[in-house]
Amino acid sequence: MSKTTTASTFDPSLMMTAIRDAVLKLNPVGLSRNPVIFVTEVVAAFVTLLWLRDLVLHAGDPWFSGQIAAWLWFTVIFANFAEAIAEGRGKAQAEALRRTRTDTLAKRLILPETHERLYSKVSALQLVPGDLVLVEAGDLIPADGEVVEGIASVNESAITGESAPVIRESGGDRSAVTGGTTVLSDWLRVRITAEPGSTFIDRMIALVEGAERKKTPNELALSILLTGLTLIFLVAVVTLWGLAGYSGTMLQAVVLAALLVTLIPTTIGGLLSAIGIAGMDRLIRFNVVATSGRAVEAAGDVDTLLLDKTGTITFGNRLATALLPVGGVTERELAEASFLASLADETPEGRSIVALCKGSYGFGETAMPASEMTPVPFSATTRISGVDLDGRRLRKGAVDAIMKHLGSQAQVPPQFREAVDKISRTGGTPLGVADGDRLLGVIHLKDVVKPEIKQRFAALREMGIRTVMVTGDNPVTAAAIASEAGVDDFIAEATPEDKLNYIRSEQRDGRMIAMCGDGTNDAPALAQADVGVAMQTGTQAAREAGNMVDLDSNPTKLIEIVEIGKQLLMTRGSLTTFSIANDVAKYFAIIPALFVATYPQLGALNLMHLASPQSAILSAVIFNALIIIALIPLALKGVGYRAVGASALLRRNLLLYGLGGLVVPFIGIKLVDLVVSALHLA
Amino acid sequence: MTLVGWFQIILVLGVTTAAAWGLGVYLARLYSGERTFLTPVLAPVEGLLRRMSGHDGGEQDWRHYTLAMLAFNAVGFLLLYALMRLQGVLPVNPQGFGGVPADLSFNTAVSFVTNTNWQAYGGESTMSNFVQMAGLTVQNFLSAATGIALAVAFTRAFARSNARTLGNFWDDLVKTTLYVLLPGSILLALAFVALGIPQTLAGHVDATTLEGASQAIAIGPVASQEAIKQFGTNGGGFFNANAAHPFENPSQWSNMLSIFAMLLLSAALPFMFGRMVGDGRQGRALFIAMFVFLLAGVAVVYWAETAGNPLMTALGVDPAMGNMEGKEVRFGQALTALFVVVTTGLSCGAVNAMHASLTPLGGLVPLALIQLGEVAPGGVGSGLYGMLIMAVLTVFIAGLMVGRTPDYLGKKIEVREMKLVMLALLILPLVILGFSAVSAIMPMSLASLANAGPHGLSEILYAYSSGAGNNGSAFAGLNANTFWYNTTLGITMFLGRFAFIVPMMAVAGSIGAKLRIPASKGSFPTHGVLFVTLLVAVILIVTGLEYFPALALGPIVEQFLMLAGKTF
Repeated sequence: MSKTTTASTFDPSLMMTAIRDAVLKLNPVGLSRNPVIFVTEVVAAFVTLLWLRDLVLHAGDPWFSGQIAAWLWFTVIFANFAEAIAEGRGKAQAEALRRTRTDTLAKRLILPETHERLYSKVSALQLVPGDLVLVEAGDLIPADGEVVEGIASVNESAITGESAPVIRESGGDRSAVTGGTTVLSDWLRVRITAEPGSTFIDRMIALVEGAERKKTPNELALSILLTGLTLIFLVAVVTLWGLAGYSGTMLQAVVLAALLVTLIPTTIGGLLSAIGIAGMDRLIRFNVVATSGRAVEAAGDVDTLLLDKTGTITFGNRLATALLPVGGVTERELAEASFLASLADETPEGRSIVALCKGSYGFGETAMPASEMTPVPFSATTRISGVDLDGRRLRKGAVDAIMKHLGSQAQVPPQFREAVDKISRTGGTPLGVADGDRLLGVIHLKDVVKPEIKQRFAALREMGIRTVMVTGDNPVTAAAIASEAGVDDFIAEATPEDKLNYIRSEQRDGRMIAMCGDGTNDAPALAQADVGVAMQTGTQAAREAGNMVDLDSNPTKLIEIVEIGKQLLMTRGSLTTFSIANDVAKYFAIIPALFVATYPQLGALNLMHLASPQSAILSAVIFNALIIIALIPLALKGVGYRAVGASALLRRNLLLYGLGGLVVPFIGIKLVDLVVSALHLA
Repeated sequence: MTLVGWFQIILVLGVTTAAAWGLGVYLARLYSGERTFLTPVLAPVEGLLRRMSGHDGGEQDWRHYTLAMLAFNAVGFLLLYALMRLQGVLPVNPQGFGGVPADLSFNTAVSFVTNTNWQAYGGESTMSNFVQMAGLTVQNFLSAATGIALAVAFTRAFARSNARTLGNFWDDLVKTTLYVLLPGSILLALAFVALGIPQTLAGHVDATTLEGASQAIAIGPVASQEAIKQFGTNGGGFFNANAAHPFENPSQWSNMLSIFAMLLLSAALPFMFGRMVGDGRQGRALFIAMFVFLLAGVAVVYWAETAGNPLMTALGVDPAMGNMEGKEVRFGQALTALFVVVTTGLSCGAVNAMHASLTPLGGLVPLALIQLGEVAPGGVGSGLYGMLIMAVLTVFIAGLMVGRTPDYLGKKIEVREMKLVMLALLILPLVILGFSAVSAIMPMSLASLANAGPHGLSEILYAYSSGAGNNGSAFAGLNANTFWYNTTLGITMFLGRFAFIVPMMAVAGSIGAKLRIPASKGSFPTHGVLFVTLLVAVILIVTGLEYFPALALGPIVEQFLMLAGKTF
């Protein structure tokens, strides 16, 4: 599944790039996107001017104002560094992708209407949608397109990281090819579907690089909260000058600047974009590409998961689980006949019968008959298969086909009907087994639900997420599997329209839906769903319609995608709470320091017993800068996620980040103060 | 503190809570258009009023609702202003008062329209009975009804799904006045008369004092004004001494009834909210958060006041009584503390003791309660919508911690809501701290102060906080009847009310239009202990902490100075 091939976050070369970028990001034009950090930068510049004034005029305390200025700049740089390091990994990945894109030469067909293989070599960048190109073994596919003729094995590891080749052929759901992948054998005629510069690889590069990164709706709303808080604290700090003036305290601008920066939410302001980028990055390392941050956010909000039965909930093939003999036949007799009849059957069903007989009845290589066997393969007309040996004609097949094979005179014991009905009722498929014209019994084939999937669904339910199984089976079969897997609802005999209608009706009730799909007929539903995950192996239409593409084409991953979305939102919320809770301690550090000269009695508020007013202010500013660095790993990694209900999650995170946010700065500022006073910095 | 004292406090709060729950049920039925026990009697009157006014009672969207409210209040302001300016030529003026000066009329008109009832004047020495009854008392009803109507509209925004409209302002206004305020006030006024509060159109009674001098004792239609003053959390007293005056509040019983009356509607509204949104637990959580502040406030004031003032003890005052300066002996410490906290937690502003005479710590509590945004439990209506704005903010800050984008009661909180919420939250600190900072350094405004040192700063802070929070109580000691204070406090009251209401109603419009997402196990729970704790913490940290520096220079340092024995 996930491939963690990329370098670790704190790889030295990535670190160096990030440090360089952090300094480059000081450019106020770019920073103005982040109001809190922008204000910090303005204040830092302002304090730097005050420091220069102190230096030139030999007034004030340049040693103090210089240190405050330096730490304010560090605050900005640390925030930039957080963003840069989050972007770094994406950039490295984009670089690798970009290499696959450069100067591919395409074989554009000159006579597209004919089967003539006449082509001219043109640069891939000159291709326009509608062009037909020829791709032969060893060629790079020049751009995204649709296979119109041919069948070939293609290495798509440039995108998926999966080195095993996949088959691409014209027609059907495997006709989409991606620019930058390599044809290994045979040839394909491909109709180009993407404009140059907007191919799948181009979009992936843009996504992992974050070049097209826009603030998501929730990020935008959070920025407004942070800007609003910044304004409120600006009012509180500016007016403090007048209020202090009443008491005869002339507050220094440096000190007010320090107070402002410590109060405004620099911690979350500095980490906000890093958290968003890291969330996208977690998805990418999970081999899922989201077309926007908005899609990741939506994943966290999903209320209902539409899951395809086959491959997600069940193994995808019907497997033999029991043998039911009829009419005086022993179970062993039936097992032997079934075993022999299935030996030559290479279908998953056939192999599962062999496996069942080997496992439960001890048939093995020793049970192989000595004489020659003549396999009777499955044919569309008889719909039965089996083997002829020693004059015995062993056959198995669908019940009606077996009955037809036996003819109307055959003896059908009542137990046979009962067994068949029982199997059908529970959603299984009965296979009849006959020896000559004697009916031996029934094999129970059923869809086997993946182990542990039930617990998964229970965990999802605990998180408030409903699971809905989508299947082409009839309602009886679907209901049986649904209850075995523990899904909340199912859509039986599902057509693409059914899926679309189900999604629409859920959305009308205000629910958010996630689904995955790969076929062209899935495209409308993928587009309608709030989170539509298209399989990389799917058609171009499906990949265009969804807002995520799973490069591993593994539908089970929908569940993890939801978890990654939730983790992103939780990280954002926890750090916001932490940042705002931090203010309490900062007030208690700075307020007594500001006024203790006028009112020595206010020293009682100096709960942390900080050494001196100057060291108190400096310590609060230093702590405020360092906490950003300290929280970068958490912002990138995300807070721990558990599939439990909202109440339990809230209790845990509130305890860690709410209470922690109140307590940690008291300790942190005190520790910084000890260092500051030990080093005689203030 | 005594056990009896606490018993009195718990008794009043307990009775009020029980009554508030019942009233909440009644209000929910009333505003949902269901029948109430008063419908048979009042429906014909309501119908008559509707036919006379010609409004059809059709649903309004948030813009029309807000515009109707603003137009109505603008007319109310102009009428009241005119009444005061023309007082000299108007009837029922037994004392023969002349017209009220322009700046004082402006201040008073804004004050009564915004449900603040800040009184820069002495009632019995400035306003004629006519102005008191036809002007001030009428606005007491209408400003209260306006607040409740807005709270109902905001409640509908959460109760409805995908709705363009929030009800009809005129309809809500008439319903509130007719079905709630009038019957309640009539009952209360009768009870107050029975407890000995005067109700007459005479201007004064003449008495001969023991020394043989003749004295004119002001009386008037006090009981009726007292009823709506408390019930509508207006707080503007008939007399300058407000509820400390023996004619406004003669006994322990009238004192307890006053507290009950002012607390009742504000405490009932969260219950109404819970019922109207279809989940009583939601209303209960808001109610508990409000009462956490109230109880904590009472405990601090009661403790600080009974602990007394060491400086006074040093002068030979018996410390057993605690600090009795500015208090009425007939109420005692416990019920004074409860009154102080309720009147400021409520944005009522009636006073039965002089807040400036409280110990610094005791004075800090009413000041802080006002600055928290008047949500504990706040004025009628304004308390509920103020608390809901804080709930939205809390959900937004902490909601993400459960791994979903935030929603409150199934309504997603997004960019537009946050813009408006932050706009509303910005206005209070801006006017309180802004005007206070300017007043704290201008010689013109400093001349109004009676006290030097931190207490003077507290007086200024209190005045602007009281104005912006539409409370109306005062830290006496500040002479507010000057051109500067009349004007700036008038602006403060206006902005504190309407600059909050307009964005709040825009939030209501936007919330009402949203789909109501059904709650699931993954939803952020907004009804439990955890949410109440969070809500209280967010109110304290986000709206409380911004005043901490100012408070540190006022009451906080004053408390330390008092303990250190320093005076100014």
